[in-house]
Amino acid sequence: MDAIVSTTEFKPTWVQEKLFLGMTFKDYLKSNYTLFNAVVALILAVGIPVIMYRLLFGLGPSTNLSDNNPWGIWIGFDMLCGVALAAGGFVIGTAVHLLGMKEYAFLFRPAVLTGFLGYLFAIIALTFDLGRYYRIPYPMVVSWGVNSVLFLVAWHVALYLTCQFVEWCPAIWEWLNMNKLRRIFVKATLGATIFGVCLSMLHQSALGSIFLLMPEKLHPLWYSEYIPLWFFMSAIVGGLAMTIIESMASHRIFANQIKNHDPGQLDRVTLGLGKATSVTLFAYFFMKIIGLAHGNTWAYLDTGYGYWYLVEVLGFVLLPAFALMYAVQNKLVRMVRAWAIVAALGVILNRLNHSIIAFNWHLPWEYRYVPSWMEVVLTITVITIGVLTFRWIMNRMPILYDHPDFEPEEH
Amino acid sequence: MLAGTGIVTALGLNDLAQADVATLPGYPDQLGVLVDTTVCIGCRRCEWACKESNKLPNQAPLKAYENGQAVFQKIRRTSADTYTVVNRFENPRDSSRPIFVKKQCMHCYEPGCASSCFVKAFTKAPVGAVTYDASLCVGCRYCMAACPFDMPAYQYYDAFTPQVTKCTFCFERISKEGGLPACVGICPAETMTFGKRTDLIDLAHKKIRDNPGRYVNHVYGEREVGGTSWMYLSAVPFNMIGFRTDLGTVPIPTFSKPFLSLVSPVFITIPALAMGFYSFKKRRDKLMEEEIQRALEKKEGK
Repeated sequence: MDAIVSTTEFKPTWVQEKLFLGMTFKDYLKSNYTLFNAVVALILAVGIPVIMYRLLFGLGPSTNLSDNNPWGIWIGFDMLCGVALAAGGFVIGTAVHLLGMKEYAFLFRPAVLTGFLGYLFAIIALTFDLGRYYRIPYPMVVSWGVNSVLFLVAWHVALYLTCQFVEWCPAIWEWLNMNKLRRIFVKATLGATIFGVCLSMLHQSALGSIFLLMPEKLHPLWYSEYIPLWFFMSAIVGGLAMTIIESMASHRIFANQIKNHDPGQLDRVTLGLGKATSVTLFAYFFMKIIGLAHGNTWAYLDTGYGYWYLVEVLGFVLLPAFALMYAVQNKLVRMVRAWAIVAALGVILNRLNHSIIAFNWHLPWEYRYVPSWMEVVLTITVITIGVLTFRWIMNRMPILYDHPDFEPEEH
Repeated sequence: MLAGTGIVTALGLNDLAQADVATLPGYPDQLGVLVDTTVCIGCRRCEWACKESNKLPNQAPLKAYENGQAVFQKIRRTSADTYTVVNRFENPRDSSRPIFVKKQCMHCYEPGCASSCFVKAFTKAPVGAVTYDASLCVGCRYCMAACPFDMPAYQYYDAFTPQVTKCTFCFERISKEGGLPACVGICPAETMTFGKRTDLIDLAHKKIRDNPGRYVNHVYGEREVGGTSWMYLSAVPFNMIGFRTDLGTVPIPTFSKPFLSLVSPVFITIPALAMGFYSFKKRRDKLMEEEIQRALEKKEGK
């Protein structure tokens, strides 16, 4: 950057300003020689061929999926965890735009961006899992299977992606200096938020309801009529926890973007988010216990799967609930952040339990599913491309800061 | 037995019932097959005939099937190139006479696969067959996860046009007058009886009644997951010959219905509540602003 300033008469063209961060193409390329990018390049060098291999040779050679185990980590991790952890956009949107919690407003754009990209890349990962990925619009335009929970998921995720795009759009128009479009989209934010709340409630719980059809395959400790509610509540936990984690990371990595950077403000808000996470975790924990009582599945607790269930529910739900409560009461911001990570891991663990670990529990071990290395690599690759996209946008669009040329959004 | 007659009368009373996924007892005239596992000799001709009729890959000569007893070493399941398999189980009553059990899609009354499919690729036809339309299938494989009998398989090794595969109940053949499923037609031991499902239930219970000690008093598929078109008789409890006896009698689609019924209420109540909250917030902000304004004016007025 310093080099550019010293060449006094450098006036960036539109392309240089918008795409190359105000540098010449050469300087921009040079600025990308970093350790982080080297790691990214390595991942992509392995990952892109794996994606090609999957597309050209099919699911059989590239995955460990089988007739008994039709779903693997591309569903269990990429889709289920991706969507649950991307709930931040909906949670913060509700808090800011519907409940009027103005002090959280500066988190709205990053949360919506994280949410949007989370959904987008969950869908991209899902595409690789579909046997005929090129038919992905079929449930929308060719044939409606309205009796299927998955039909609801497909429609709602697609619509919600649109909602989040609308919510995030003002940032694009500010980046491109398109004031008229921006004004239209700012006005649409409230509608998109309300619509998004309905859609989120339904598809977050619907992702769990997929398993309602499998009482004979999912372990009784995880199978319950309460699955929809559990998935919804834990998605709120995931959204809140990820907002804490994401804001911590962005405010460190992109701190130079924020004028009058006030770490105190973020700390106050983090404490508030931590409190909300703690309360939601407690409520979720009690719903889990009510599920045990309702299904009368207590006896399973004293089995191998029972101990594993307790690890999830005590270690990754109740423990972070108490820890976050303690941290908030004693204003320990760092502790809130640390335990937010535990809560997010708990959501991941829960989704993996539902979809893989406690699924097909009746089958002998030799018929159980363990992901192939290519499934893992593809997952890592998709996440990496997601992070790259996030960074690309953060570096260019006014996500963390208010664009100086525009009035702040009013709602 | 009583339960069987109960279903028969229910069927009689509901001749006009439009049977979609939502209604029991389903198509009144649907066909079915009763498999008597005490009769099967394990010749595997049905497997051969199935492949022949459905033009499935990896076909072998009929002799190879009849002599290929080595496959009984382990329990097999249906797969992409095999719609039906015969498995061998030990006979606890007489170890010299193992029990052979043919397996294929059960053709449920209310199929889990049909309720799972988001493009409606599965249809329960009035003749009883659950059919699959590959031209709609996206390949999400939810049907495989949702099948309580683990019957659908997938062409994982087809890179571009993989399909779900399962027994078709020889839909085309049985739709014609006098047509038989290929497996039923070739069976030399009359293990399988093809006919109207209601008649088969009567027949099954009559067999149990007329042959005391030969069968356990259970017609598998009569009530399992709401009833299936294929049903089984056995000399030993069904869990000893590879059947799940913990499936219950509730049709699989029923489990997701309460959730699906929540969709429209959410879209009606949540926007109303949200707008309510929003209006409260707006008014609160406005009152606050007015108060600040008044306080300022007072200050200036001094």
